[in-house]
Amino acid sequence: MAGNSGNAIDPIHQFHISKIFPVEIGGVDFSFTNASLFMVVTVAVATLFLVLSTNRRGLVPSRAQLMAEMSYEFVAATLRGSAGNDGMRFFPLVFSLFMFVFVANMLGMFPYFFTVTSQIIVTFALAILVIGTVTIYGFFKHGAGFLKLFVPSGVPAGVIPLVSAIEVISFLSRPVSLSVRLFANMLAGHITLKVFAGFVVMLTGFGAVGVASAVLPLILTVAITALEFLVAFLQAYVFTVLTCMYLADALHPSH
Amino acid sequence: MSNTQGNLNTTAEVGIVEDGGSFPPFDSTTYPSQLLWLVLSFGVFYWVMSKVVLPRIGGILEDRRDRIAGDMAEASRLKQETDEAIASYESALAEARKKATTMAHDARSKVKAETESARAAAEEQLAAKLSESEQSISKITAESLSHVGEIAAETTGELVKALIGGRAPAKAEVAKAVDAALK
Repeated sequence: MAGNSGNAIDPIHQFHISKIFPVEIGGVDFSFTNASLFMVVTVAVATLFLVLSTNRRGLVPSRAQLMAEMSYEFVAATLRGSAGNDGMRFFPLVFSLFMFVFVANMLGMFPYFFTVTSQIIVTFALAILVIGTVTIYGFFKHGAGFLKLFVPSGVPAGVIPLVSAIEVISFLSRPVSLSVRLFANMLAGHITLKVFAGFVVMLTGFGAVGVASAVLPLILTVAITALEFLVAFLQAYVFTVLTCMYLADALHPSH
Repeated sequence: MSNTQGNLNTTAEVGIVEDGGSFPPFDSTTYPSQLLWLVLSFGVFYWVMSKVVLPRIGGILEDRRDRIAGDMAEASRLKQETDEAIASYESALAEARKKATTMAHDARSKVKAETESARAAAEEQLAAKLSESEQSISKITAESLSHVGEIAAETTGELVKALIGGRAPAKAEVAKAVDAALK
């Protein structure tokens, strides 16, 4: 019992990965864990919502269908806004990324649910997917012309080495910043939430005075919960917008 | 869910003992499993999105756009038809009005002309009668006046005869004297 209550206010506990079905291939641990479960749940929730809500293909949409249509048009507008009409070839990728990150973030807001995007390896893999797509498509489409990305036009010849070095570093740091931004936001938000909620639990253990003083962290917990819902959406959106901007580089490498 | 929760708790406790409290997101032993399941779940998600969901939503939106555009085109066509009908009605009305005005004008001028000619004929007739009357009057006057001398001479002759008795003076003498007196 003491161990359990210790876990209840341990803010890191929620990020622990536990095996559900152990799987081992070639000595490497590929177990189906709670993280895997919530990846599957995320995909299932997003897919079921999008498929079922659009099942009727209503000319006049129902509420659920309207939400599906709005998410479609929202992502389409974001992508078209930064990458132009050519960018629409990446629409399935961008839409999948947005929905996956958004639903994963939102599911993470449920108590006792695992937050898939609070794992750096997950966000890093998604960022590598984006940068990998940008790099491969950029070289495939423009060949060596893609390297113009690192040589901005209209820069005096003398400073080109310096500017190119900076451009290369900024390009290489993109997957890091893209993944760390999402990971750190989700991690920090959930830790903060857990710490403040833990205060409430701790203080209520100290009798009437404790209960009275627990009101402040409780209010803060409510406020931070609201903030975290905003962050959950905002980080999914930021991830999507940055993806769109990087894809625009792949389509039009010359600045 | 409670089963999973219990499972989660027990393994977590074990985990703490095993890891010695290392920070889970940086525990690289979980990476292969996370990557595998992410690739599987995201791969399936991407496939379903690109093959089923996005074409479907895109189709719904396009159908709606086409339908709205079609309805708008139909509406504007109907409006144009209405406008044409109104225009033709108005032109017909204007023509009818013009025709009615011309007819009224014609009828009025015809009646006026007839009246005018009738009046002119009547006036002419009257004038003819008047001049005829005037002629006969002047003729009668002239006739009467021509007889005045004769009567005066006759009367004078009779008067002289009665006054002096005897024989009457010669007719010519009397007429001469009367004429001189009348002048």
